[in-house]
Amino acid sequence: MNTILAHYNYWIVILLMMLGFYIVIAQGNLIKKLIGLNLFQTSVFLFYISLAKVSGGTAPIFDDRFNTFSNPLPHVLILTAIVVGVATMAVGLALIVRIRDAYGTIEEDEIDRLDEMP
Amino acid sequence: MRHHRVLRVVSKFLIPFIMLFGLYVQFHGDFGPGGGFQAGVIFAAAIILYAIVFGLDHAIKVAPPRIVTKFVAIGLILYILVGVASMLLGGEFLNYSVLGSTQQGGQHLGIFLVELGVGITVAATITTIFYYFAGYRGLGDEGKE
Amino acid sequence: MIIQFVINITLLAFMGAVAIAILKVRNLFAVTMLSGIYSFLAATVFVLLDAVDVAFTEAAVGAGVSTVLMLATLSLIGENREKVSTHTPILPLIVVTITGVALLYGVADMPAFADPEAPANKHVIPRYLEDSKEEIGVPNVVTSILASYRGYDTLGETGVIFTAGVAVMSLLGGTFWRRRRPREEEPSEGGEG
Repeated sequence: MNTILAHYNYWIVILLMMLGFYIVIAQGNLIKKLIGLNLFQTSVFLFYISLAKVSGGTAPIFDDRFNTFSNPLPHVLILTAIVVGVATMAVGLALIVRIRDAYGTIEEDEIDRLDEMP
Repeated sequence: MRHHRVLRVVSKFLIPFIMLFGLYVQFHGDFGPGGGFQAGVIFAAAIILYAIVFGLDHAIKVAPPRIVTKFVAIGLILYILVGVASMLLGGEFLNYSVLGSTQQGGQHLGIFLVELGVGITVAATITTIFYYFAGYRGLGDEGKE
Repeated sequence: MIIQFVINITLLAFMGAVAIAILKVRNLFAVTMLSGIYSFLAATVFVLLDAVDVAFTEAAVGAGVSTVLMLATLSLIGENREKVSTHTPILPLIVVTITGVALLYGVADMPAFADPEAPANKHVIPRYLEDSKEEIGVPNVVTSILASYRGYDTLGETGVIFTAGVAVMSLLGGTFWRRRRPREEEPSEGGEG
């Protein structure tokens, strides 16, 4: 019971991660796959930021009134990761537009079928 | 959007404040949450809002793509130039301490210029990406509006 | 302390509900809006976890730019319902279950949530927090780490954003200038193109 209560954040984050992962691999629509990837990325960010929290601390901005701060290093890493995530999403959406123009559909199995035809 | 009078009036009122807020976030990243990335995104959001409400053609007159695409590179070049300048002044690449007379002064100047470069690149890139999405005409239907 | 716990659990439960809705809903427009809501809830949880810079960026980028780009894509694609799938995905369910169980097993071994003595908070973090005041003198530690201590990573990240812009320009750029140039060069043609 103590283990469950001590890590409550992490259990829910793993659930969200697995939901996003399932959407990526099980859904056939390309846009839904991309949104599932976004979900997965955001839950990974949540995981890292949960690692960074220090109980009794505050945001890592120096001030005379506080002397315990949350861990700032994962914040920096996740800042980079968020922007990289949006860059990936923009390129992915551009690819979806071109795939639609080339194949006429954005469903994965129809694209496979069109590819197998000579 | 010609008939949405409320949208047009309110966005005309809000867009300068959004840009001002973007500049505020950029330069106050040292003292509170903020910095280059957030400021770039907010600034690009102002231009995107203008393009959505008033039409892509008006937005292109305000921020021409030829100039915006150049700014995508200018921010990155600014970042690299700061690093090269610190090399020329005797330190290693991206060692800001040699940029000023004191270590703290040099660091402040270095962080200021670097965040400015990041902000310029992010704002220009997001605006460019939006322009190219909104102005896409498709491979087979030119002449269709 | 207990209020933080309750709000944390509530927000994370909302996020779970939104994720399940994204899984089930078939209208792509609704899915886009739901993903915007998801990002916004994540930004709120970040504020609860004292990550204010990250919350700012996630709200601006996830709930702002991402939603706009997805709506632009949906309008370019022109369809907004997905097809009904005819097969039940057994293999993905198995893969996801195995991965989930492995992760849960791994998480049970981690240090407790918000533990000040966790190894993640030792090592180089006390040095950053203590020396940043004299060496750099900027109150926001996240900015000083991002721009000065780890400035090289930020250079690479700016390169990534630049590359994404170039990639989108090459993918979608073919017809952009062809449409724009006649209007710019011959303004007397009048509303054509």
